Amino acid sequence: MRPFLVFVLSSLLSPWVWADEPDPLNSPQWEFVHQRFLKGEPYQFDGKVKVEAPPDAEDSLNVPVSFQVEGLDSVQEIVVVADLNPLPQVLRFRPKVMRPNLGFRMKLQQGSPIHVAAKTADGLWHVGGVWVNAAGGGCTLPSVGTSSGDWTKTLGKVSANVWQRPDGSNRLRVRLMHPMDTGLASGIPTFHIENLKVLSQDDQVLAELDLFEPLSENPMLSFDVAKQTEFKLEGRDNNGNRIQAEVGR
Amino acid sequence: MRHWLWAVASLVISVELAAAGFDYPLQPQQIATDTFVLEGKTEDFSKDNGGFIVNSGYIVTQDGVVVIDTGASRRFGEQQRALIEKTTGKKVIRVYITHHHPDHFLGNQAFSELPIYALPATTQGVQREGEMFSSNMYRLIGDWMRDTSVVAPNQVAQVGKETLGGHELEVLAFKGHTQGDLAIFDHTTGVLFAGDLVFNNRAATTPHAEIIDWLASLEQLLKLPFKVLVPGHGKITQDAEPIAQTRAYLVWLQTILQQAAANGLDMNEVMATPIPADFKAVALAQSELRRSVAHLYPALETEQLKPAKQAE
Ligand SMILES: [Zn+2]
Repeated sequence: MRPFLVFVLSSLLSPWVWADEPDPLNSPQWEFVHQRFLKGEPYQFDGKVKVEAPPDAEDSLNVPVSFQVEGLDSVQEIVVVADLNPLPQVLRFRPKVMRPNLGFRMKLQQGSPIHVAAKTADGLWHVGGVWVNAAGGGCTLPSVGTSSGDWTKTLGKVSANVWQRPDGSNRLRVRLMHPMDTGLASGIPTFHIENLKVLSQDDQVLAELDLFEPLSENPMLSFDVAKQTEFKLEGRDNNGNRIQAEVGR
Repeated sequence: MRHWLWAVASLVISVELAAAGFDYPLQPQQIATDTFVLEGKTEDFSKDNGGFIVNSGYIVTQDGVVVIDTGASRRFGEQQRALIEKTTGKKVIRVYITHHHPDHFLGNQAFSELPIYALPATTQGVQREGEMFSSNMYRLIGDWMRDTSVVAPNQVAQVGKETLGGHELEVLAFKGHTQGDLAIFDHTTGVLFAGDLVFNNRAATTPHAEIIDWLASLEQLLKLPFKVLVPGHGKITQDAEPIAQTRAYLVWLQTILQQAAANGLDMNEVMATPIPADFKAVALAQSELRRSVAHLYPALETEQLKPAKQAE
C-alpha cells in the first residue's frame, strides 16, 4: 500500500511524472529497480536515452551494451541495471566533461531487460532500455582468469587508445585487466573494480564511474570524449588494489 | 491487447499440434548417381524446424550406405537412418562427421554401433563442447531433442582415397570454419560434400572460425574437379558459385571488422554495419553478423590498444 501512496503523492507534486506509466519493456522488476536503484525518485521513459545491445546474447559472459543520451542538458548521473540479474546493478556513470555516452560489456544470468536511467539537474530520471535474450549462466560462472589462475600477472594492467571521430569528438577505449568475479560462483569471493576516474592531463575530472560485479571480466569501456588525446585513469577494486595509468594515442 | 494474445496462443497451440509427431520432413533429393541429400532450411534453430537446418547426405554403394552428417538430434538420426534403409534396401555401413557443430553430429546415437569417422580435431571438439551444445539445443528446439545424448565419433578419418562399394571416396582435411573441417569428394560421381566450409545463400557462421584458414581452404576446394557441390547449408549446385559467395562474404566480414577496430568502434556499432546489396539474398546475414562480431571482434580490437604507462 505504501509505495502506491508515495506514487500518488509524487505524481501530484510533480506534474511530469506518470505514476502508472508502464515500462515499455514490461519488466516484472521495474518497480523494484525504480525503488532500489533510482531511490523511488521521479522518472519518465524517454527515447532520448538510446540503448543498444544485440537481441540475443551470443556470449552471456560478454554482452555488449552501449548507450547515448542525446538532447538532455546537464546529465548528472547514469545508472545501468539488468533487472533480472541476481546482481542487477551494472554501473553508475557521472560524466563531468564528456558526453553522456558509454560502451561496455556485461554478464547476464538469463534474458533480461537492461534499463539505462539518466538523471538531469532537475532531479528527473530519463529511462531507456532494451531486452536481451540470453542462454544464461553468465553470473554464476567463475571468470576465465580466476578459473585458470593466471590473472595475478596482469591484474590492474591497462591498455587503451584514442581515435579521432568524424564528428570532431574523440573516442577513448580502455581495457582494464581484472577478473570481476561476482561472488556467485561457489568458492570464489566477489572481486571487482569498484571505482574509476577519467582525468585530463592536468587532473581535471572528466568522468567518474562506480563499477559492479556484472561488468565483464577485463572490462572494455568506450568513452566519447572532447578533443583531448591524453588521459589519466585512477581506480580501485574492493580488495584495495589500485589502478593508476596514463593513456593516450 | 487481448486479441493479440489470443492470436499468439492459438498460433502456439497449432504449432504444438503440428509438431506433436516430431517427424522431420525428410525428402531425399537425388543429386547424382547413388547420391542423395536431405536438404535443411536456411533458418536458425527453432522449435518449428527442430534443427533441420543442415544438409546431410548419403552415398548408396554396392557394399552399403555411407552417411555424411547425422543432423541435430537423436530423432533426426533415427528418422534419417530408417528412411535410408527403407528406400535403398541397404544397410548403413559407415558415417562421416564433417565437423563438431551440433546440427551435424547430434544424430550419432542412431548410428552408435557403426564406425563413425571424423578428423581428430572434430572428435576433440565433440568431447570438449558436445554437452554444452546439447544443452543449448534443448533450449533452442525443445522436445525435438528428447533423449538425445552426445555420441562422439569412434574412428579417425584418414586423409586420402579409398574405394568403397564401387565409389572412390577421398577424405580431405581442412580448417577455418572449425579446427577440423572434413570434406568428402566422390571421384566416381564428382560430388563434393563440403560441410560448413561452404554456405549457399545462408550467412556463414563463425563461432570457431579462423577466417584466414577458411579462405585458404576455399582456394583448395576450388581446385577440385567437382560436378556437384553440397554446401553445409543451402541449395546444392552444379557450379562453384556458393564457394565464391562464401569467400566474398568472409572477405567482407574480415574487412569491416578490421576497419571498425582500427577506427575505435564499439561492438554495437559494428553490429549495425549495413549488409551490402551483394548479400541481400543471403539469409540471416544481419543476425549472423551480430554473432560474428561477438566471436571475432574481441581479438581484433585488442590488437588496436596500446599498453598504458603504469607504475609497477
Ligand atoms: Zn558448422
